[in-house]
Amino acid sequence: MAEAIVITSGKGGVGKTTTTANLGTALALLNKKVCLMDTDIGLRNLDVVMGLENRIIYDIIDVAQGRCKLKQALIKDKRFDYLFLLPAAQTSDKNDLTPDSVVEMIAELKKEFDYIIIDCPAGIEQGYKNAVAGADHAIVVTTPEKSSVRDADRIIGLLEHEEISSPKLVINRIRNHMMKSGDMLTIDEVVQVLSIDLLGIVADDEDVIKASNRGEPVAFQPNTKASISYRNIARRILGESVPLQSLEDEKGVFSKVKRFLGMRN
Amino acid sequence: MVLKNQYVMIKGTRDGLTLFLDDSCSFNDLLDELDKTLSHDEFDEDQAMITVKIHLGNRFLHKEQDEQLRTLIRQRNKLVVQGIESNVISKAEAIQWKEDSEVRVVSKTIRSGQVYQVQGDLLLIGDINPGGTVKATGNIYIMGALRGVAHAGINGNRQAVIIASFMKPVQLRIADLYSRAPDYETEGVYMECGFIDESEKILIDRLQLVAKKRPELNGFERSVLNG
Ligand SMILES: Nc1ncnc2c1ncn2[C@@H]1O[C@H](COP(=O)(O)OP(=O)(O)OP(=O)(O)O)[C@@H](O)[C@H]1O
Ligand SMILES: [Mg+2]
Repeated sequence: MAEAIVITSGKGGVGKTTTTANLGTALALLNKKVCLMDTDIGLRNLDVVMGLENRIIYDIIDVAQGRCKLKQALIKDKRFDYLFLLPAAQTSDKNDLTPDSVVEMIAELKKEFDYIIIDCPAGIEQGYKNAVAGADHAIVVTTPEKSSVRDADRIIGLLEHEEISSPKLVINRIRNHMMKSGDMLTIDEVVQVLSIDLLGIVADDEDVIKASNRGEPVAFQPNTKASISYRNIARRILGESVPLQSLEDEKGVFSKVKRFLGMRN
Repeated sequence: MVLKNQYVMIKGTRDGLTLFLDDSCSFNDLLDELDKTLSHDEFDEDQAMITVKIHLGNRFLHKEQDEQLRTLIRQRNKLVVQGIESNVISKAEAIQWKEDSEVRVVSKTIRSGQVYQVQGDLLLIGDINPGGTVKATGNIYIMGALRGVAHAGINGNRQAVIIASFMKPVQLRIADLYSRAPDYETEGVYMECGFIDESEKILIDRLQLVAKKRPELNGFERSVLNG
């Protein structure tokens, strides 16, 4: 059964697009058929992070408004056997997309793919509604900052109204020394407030930025910290039980966090 | 002084008059007789106001009847109606009463942006996160962490209390009063209770104190008493 997973956060700039690109990459590396869907109309950048910008001919609005077939708008990523991108439109208004049209597209994509990963825009308005409309699961991305956690909490509350399984949490841009010195919320504190299952943690890592700039998500690389994090998250999505890796070389730093699960229980 | 008529019995006490009204005759007969009975008595100009309590027995009064009865008594100068009591209430009132005295048990996390409101008391099994709000006409009991806003006694009941396993609220509100967290970062406290003290401020103290401060919390009688 194909699954549609929306990557959302409420707050902007916390790493939704980065997470979408890297989970897609990691799942494709595990031989899954993956389609990435960018619903951030007007501010598209999933194509840039994936390095596919120059291939865009049609976009999601063209599909929604019947100017092309869904298949025509899909861009194949040559580095994989089965990774495609459905790009957002750069010029349209976000109201040109409707939840109904998204639901329809996802239903069609499900016939072809194992995973449809949806990059959600920031905020809780129309763009958010479009992004969650056809999703079966949700991954909420937050950074260990109060304002980001607050918005994640708001989103988790809103997701309760959707026909979506209980959302899973990714904590992004963790800086170990700041957590230790108490200048950042700890993983425990974030998980305690949000009280949803922790799917993974990702360090704040320069490699992520460098890789995005090259249009080649960090998850490609065999063994940087961030790439291992994203690969682990992908394995948990497939239902494997993978322990959280320590973000520094000492052992047992995150041993207090026992709650993490795959998307399938 | 005890005056006995057919339908109206008047009892005078130091605190004023109590009227016991027959509950089986027609309402019009009752008003007639009451009118006659009261016109027997003339009150001096310099006499103090007399308060009147009315017992209706098993009679139910509609709004207009209630108003008629009050007007009739008010027409006699020097008489003020202190209260009208009846043994019976309407179904709607009974339901309201029941709801106000019920404890609602809810098990969920109240998240940022969510407002959860109940009639009566709220027993929440779960947390209230920053940005989340719970409201109740009665008391609020939280088995979990209160990190958002809790408002007890929203219809004005200042006796209401807020109890939490872990208290680190942004604001506590009881009836028309509120108190907020200090501007500096605090640790939060375990097993605490918020209530309005004698100085009309909201205090937070050990929940064991609630037995002393609000003895009426014990058992169902409290709602009957307050009702
Ligand atoms: N783990 C990380 N380490 C370092 N930089 C990161 C990490 N995750 C994301 N970033 C950087 O943070 C910035 C914002 O990330 P991204 O675009 O993925 O966020 P977003 O949530 O999609 O933003 P928007 O709300 O604007 O869509 C980017 O420059 C990205 O490279
Ligand atoms: Mg984005």
